[in-house]
Parts: sequence; C-alpha cells; structure tokens
Amino acid sequence: MGAQRAATVLEVKPNREHHPAVKSRVKDLNFYYGKSQALKRINMEIYEHAVTALIGPSGCGKSTLLRCFNRMHDLTPDTHYEGEIRLYPDDVNIVSSEVDPIEVRMRISMVFQKPNPFPKSIYENVAYGLRVRGIRNRTELDGRVEAALRGAALWEEVKDRLDEPGTALSGGQQQRLCIARALATDPEIVLFDEPTSALDPIATASIEDLIISMAGSVTVLIVTHNMQQAARVSTYTAFMYLGELIEYGPTNELFTRPRQQRTSDYLTGRFG
Amino acid sequence: MTSVAQRLALEALPQYTAEVRTNVARRRRWDLVFAVVGLLATSVGVVTLVALFVDLILDGYHRLTPDFFFSFPSRRAAEAGILSAWVGTCLVMFVTAVIGVPLAVSAGIYLEEYAPRNWMTALIEINVSNLAAVPSIVYGLLALGLFVYTLGFGQSILSAGLTLAMMIMPIIVVATREAVRAVPHSIREAAYAVGATRWQVTRDHVLPYSIPGIATGVIIGLARAIGETAPLITIGALTFIAYLPDSPISTTPPFVSFDWLWSGFTVLPIQMFNWVSRPGTAFHANAAAAGIVIVLLTLVMNGFAIYLRYRLRRRINW
Repeated sequence: MGAQRAATVLEVKPNREHHPAVKSRVKDLNFYYGKSQALKRINMEIYEHAVTALIGPSGCGKSTLLRCFNRMHDLTPDTHYEGEIRLYPDDVNIVSSEVDPIEVRMRISMVFQKPNPFPKSIYENVAYGLRVRGIRNRTELDGRVEAALRGAALWEEVKDRLDEPGTALSGGQQQRLCIARALATDPEIVLFDEPTSALDPIATASIEDLIISMAGSVTVLIVTHNMQQAARVSTYTAFMYLGELIEYGPTNELFTRPRQQRTSDYLTGRFG
Repeated sequence: MTSVAQRLALEALPQYTAEVRTNVARRRRWDLVFAVVGLLATSVGVVTLVALFVDLILDGYHRLTPDFFFSFPSRRAAEAGILSAWVGTCLVMFVTAVIGVPLAVSAGIYLEEYAPRNWMTALIEINVSNLAAVPSIVYGLLALGLFVYTLGFGQSILSAGLTLAMMIMPIIVVATREAVRAVPHSIREAAYAVGATRWQVTRDHVLPYSIPGIATGVIIGLARAIGETAPLITIGALTFIAYLPDSPISTTPPFVSFDWLWSGFTVLPIQMFNWVSRPGTAFHANAAAAGIVIVLLTLVMNGFAIYLRYRLRRRINW
C-alpha cells in the first residue's frame, strides 16, 4: 500500500527545467537490518549539482537511506540491500553486491553528524582520501589540500598552522575540516548526515552557507531533523516516514503546498 | 523528617536546622568508616610489599658490586655472580618479544577488526581469555613435549623464548583488543568514508591510535615473563652455567650468528632459586641481590609502560 502511494507521488516529477540532469536514481530500494525492514520500496531521483534534503521524524529511515549511497551499512554485519541505486553517467548500481563499496566511496563522500577529524594534522586530515588512493606527489597533494580547505571556507583560518592537530580546532572548524576532507577527493555526491546537530547556531549558519555555496559544483544529499535548515539549504526535499518515502518535490512546493496529509502534519508540528 | 509546612514556620527553623545536621552527621560517619577500612586494606598490600623489598635490600645490597654482574656462578658465594643469568634473561626475552609480540598483536587486531562475529570467533575469544589464566607450569609441560622433544629444539634459549612467548601471548592479545576497541567507531567510519580499505584503516588509524594500549600490554607481558621460573625449569633450564652463549655478532662474514639460539641457558629467577635452595647465608645474600635486580627490572619496565601510555595518550584526543 505504502509503496503504491510513493510510486504515485513520484509521477509528479520535480521541476526539471532547472535541473534536468539526474545524477542518481533510486529504484525500488529495500533495506534490511537483519530481518527488520528499514527502507520500503524507495523510488526517487537525485538531481545533479543541487541540494536534496531528506527530512522526517526520528527512525523514519532518512539516515539509513543516506548511508545506502556510500554503502556504509556494509560495515554492519547482517544487513542487506534490495533494489537499485543507479549512479550516472555510467549507470552503475552502487548497492549491487558485485560493486565494491570502496569503489562507491571513492565517488561519493560523506560528512557525519559529529565532527570526526582524525587525531592527525589538519593537512593529513584533508590529504587522507588522496593518500589512500596512492597519490604521493607533494605538489599535487598541497594543491588539492588547499583547494579543499578553500572549498570548505577554512583555508584562511588554518593556512599558517596546517601541521597542528585537527582535533585542536573548534567544533565548527572541525566540521568544516571534515567537509574539506570530503571535498578533497572530488566526489560526485557529498552526503551530509545531520551535519550541524552537534554545533552552536553560529557554526551552524556557516556550515549552511557552505552547503548552499557547494550546490552548483557538486551534488549534495543532506539529512536533517531541522525543517528550517532543509528549507534554507535545499532545492529538493524528500519527506520520509516509517521507512517510506511519503513525498518528494521542489523544496518550496513541498513546504508551501504539501500534497500528502502526513507531510503537512509533520511540517506543522503535529507529530515528529 | 520535617514537613515543608513546618519548615516554613519561623519558630521551627532552629529545630529543622538541627535535624538536618544530625542527619548529615549520621551519614557522614559511614563515609569515614569506609575511608578507614579502605586505607587499612590498601596499606596491607603496600606495607607488605615495601617490607619485603626493604628486607631484600638489607640482605642483598652489599653484594651489588660490578663484580656481581660480571661473574659466573661459583661454588664460593663471595665470587659468584649473575653474568650468565642476566645474559640468558636478555636473550630469552629477545626471542620471546620477537616471536610473541607480532603474533599476539596481529591476532588481537584480527579478532577485533577483521574476524566475523560468529560462534567460531566467540570460541576463540573465550579460549584466549582462559589461556591468560592458565598456570605457567602447564605451558612448561606443553613446551617440554612440543619444543624440546617433538620439534627437537632441545633445552635451549629458543625453546625458553618460545615457551614464554606462548605464555604472554594471551595477555598481549587481550590488551591489544582492548586498545583497538577503544578507538572510536566514528574514526573508522571517517576513514572508510573516504574510500580506505580495511587494511588502510587498520594501518593508518586503528593501529597508531591504539599503540599506547598495545605497548602497555606488551611491556606488562614481558615484565611477567622476566620473573617466570616454573616453565623454564620444566623445559630443563640449567641452574649452573659458567659460560656465555655464542655471540650473536661476529667479526667475520656473515657477521650475524644464530648459534646462541641453541645454547643452554639460565635466567635470573632460576639463578635466584638455585641460591635460595643452598645452605649458608652467603648464598642467600646472593639470592637477595639477584632478587633486587629482578624487582628493579620489572619496576622499571612497568614504570616505562605507564610513562609511555601517558606520553602517547596525551597526543591523541577525540
């Protein structure tokens, strides 16, 4: 029943004039922790160089869906995927068991809920993704580290102390360091899992500005429990509830004219 | 107890204060009682240790001359020394560390980072934990059968090193696993998320961040091995050795020699045991002096372990 509803909702495609390119297409995706089904027949398209937000109450599966995109669930025993997440332009099903999760994570990077810099220098934090790929050339590393730190609006603050430990930075700076680490590898999609939930309002604002500025050059998928944040940063929003995708569309339409009762109940604070 | 209504009445206030104070005083008494009991319990251990060590020093300090360290054992107590014993201890410890540490650390990391969570792993884990509690003499018996006879290593430094390695491996495995488990999951996720393989995550993150804990376990294991006597007597350590094993380094090519591995040996605690079992206070003084050396060695090793943990941990904070 739920799956049918999700399917009918999707017949109304988001406004595709501004973002015609589909970066990824989720097709009938089911996900299981052991025997319990956490995602139920998710179907959606992720648009290239746009910010797509996943919202919904706790336990609705929004983080679970996000973590399918970089196969993070493969680290947890006894989980499995059904269905497809196709990544374009080469049309690979990234949740297929034949695709190595390492390959997926080389193309899709992630920023976590709590800033998690390595207890290494600022430079090494950003360079790590390049080092694991076998890049040794110092000039190339230097250039890409600087570019990533600039991309994360952190360069000016840390350029004179790249050798200091990343863990010595403030919470907001640590999160921007993690964003730089995620950008350094030139990812096709960057996943954000409630990136500001551990930060104060000022640091939150700077991260949001950063995400908005990233759209246009990189595809962003962000999970947030904060509806205002979704409204501020995203172009498309998906509302999830109990493992189902209830409604998906352009953010301004979803927030002003929700088509589903449950979406409007959630947006007006009646539950969640 | 007083009710809120009474508390609000002005005339009842002094009485209320008094009641509260009695109540606090009554509960505080038990604080004091436990503090005294705890202090007594702690002092039993500390005082006994200090008394033993002071007694050892009083008995043996006059024997701690340079000659004592550079003489072979002798029938005359005054000429006897611990040269062959400390050289033996060093060589046996070297073999123990070279064989035991890499095996145990790898096993610990494998169990924590790589092994699938199933009944096989659970069984191995239970066994390893139990092995840490097996009496050392049992290791001696196993080694006598396996290394000395079956594998034909004889009553050699190699056999002794392998025996002690076997004995301390469970300790190091357990310490390694605890250290590895202490690395936050978020750090592993961060590394996996940029495309690292399991080995890269282990080599670049898990291992470096857990080195303080692993090093502590290694040193504590080695400190325990230094004092072991029973398993080495079981595999046939000699108690009277008036020669040194072949030198591991030579002046002629290939410059390194492994003949010492096959040499007979003695170690400090065995030398000490031998002197204790002899009649005559002069030999007992020798035993006490050897005891001081062993205690100081373990003390230094444990102190170094604590220092290392402190030094390395300070650089890591998540």
